[in-house]
Amino acid sequence: MLKRALAIILLLIVGYWLAQGLAGVPFGQDKMLVGQYYLDNVKQQTGAVNAVTAVVVNYRGFDTLGEVTVLFIASTGVGALLWRKKKKRSAKTEGSIVLTTGTRLLVPFVMLFGAYIFIHGHLTPGGGFPGGATIATAFLLLYLAFITYEIPHKSFEKTEGLAGMGYVLVGLIGLAIGGYFLFDWIWQTWNFGTENVGRLLSGGFIPIIYTIIGLKVGTELSGIIDNMLKEEVSE
Amino acid sequence: MISVYYFGAIALILVGLYAILVKKNLLKVLIGLSIMETGVNLLLISVGYVSGRSAPILSEGIGPNQAVDPIPQALVLTAIVIGVATTAMALSVAMLIYEKYGTLNIEEIRRLRG
Repeated sequence: MLKRALAIILLLIVGYWLAQGLAGVPFGQDKMLVGQYYLDNVKQQTGAVNAVTAVVVNYRGFDTLGEVTVLFIASTGVGALLWRKKKKRSAKTEGSIVLTTGTRLLVPFVMLFGAYIFIHGHLTPGGGFPGGATIATAFLLLYLAFITYEIPHKSFEKTEGLAGMGYVLVGLIGLAIGGYFLFDWIWQTWNFGTENVGRLLSGGFIPIIYTIIGLKVGTELSGIIDNMLKEEVSE
Repeated sequence: MISVYYFGAIALILVGLYAILVKKNLLKVLIGLSIMETGVNLLLISVGYVSGRSAPILSEGIGPNQAVDPIPQALVLTAIVIGVATTAMALSVAMLIYEKYGTLNIEEIRRLRG
């Protein structure tokens, strides 16, 4: 009881302190400078309609490379922590008929929707990370419905590695053509898609990078799911 | 005067902090951690809000002067991904702890075993 009382007192102090600090921050007012620059120039400089995507991939593409690396390290870490010599799925209850039939019906559409999210990242809300997470949910659905299902590990690991290398490769092509890493060579030097901003074939290299990120995140999160659902086989 | 969005974000942060401080089950502590993370994300998003403007997707009718600040949203996108990564790591450590000790109660885990 004393512990709870102390916790609540601490919460009140922290809450008061946070509220005091935030009371001075104006809500709902225009207070941006860099953001306005991005909004003014996003169409001419990157060809993307979705400014958030342009900031994530184009203006701050290097940060996104670090982010993908963090996710890769986390996936590797989960694999290393849960590593066993012999692992198998030990689930015993088969999914009900509703779950299995629904999974058979829905999995292609869930994957299609994930692909839609990352291909249209420069036009609509979304991008590689949510698209990849959606694809991983399709694999989670398969794992829930079928007790013996396993992802194809070999091809997934290859896809993951190739996607990671692909991102760096796109950046290096930019370095060779434009003089700095992750230079948008498709948009800046080829002017590909400049006449149809807002269509699917625009946005410079954003769709390419988001496809790469989507594949990488999808395979990595599926790998994390796979690692967590398997248990050691006792023989 | 403090806005209702800041209030909601602070409330979420405090709920998460309460769970981290008081709960004894490791899974509940991790759930508290992700509630706290949601609160911080909501806080960042609401700092970037500009009243009367729409999402920063510059399609028909929405020019550069009718969109909110895209930078906090991009930041939160990063933060969500990092949050997923740390949650996955923490959950796998919790799985290992359960295998070793047979419990998720943090007071029992505290007794070290050789």
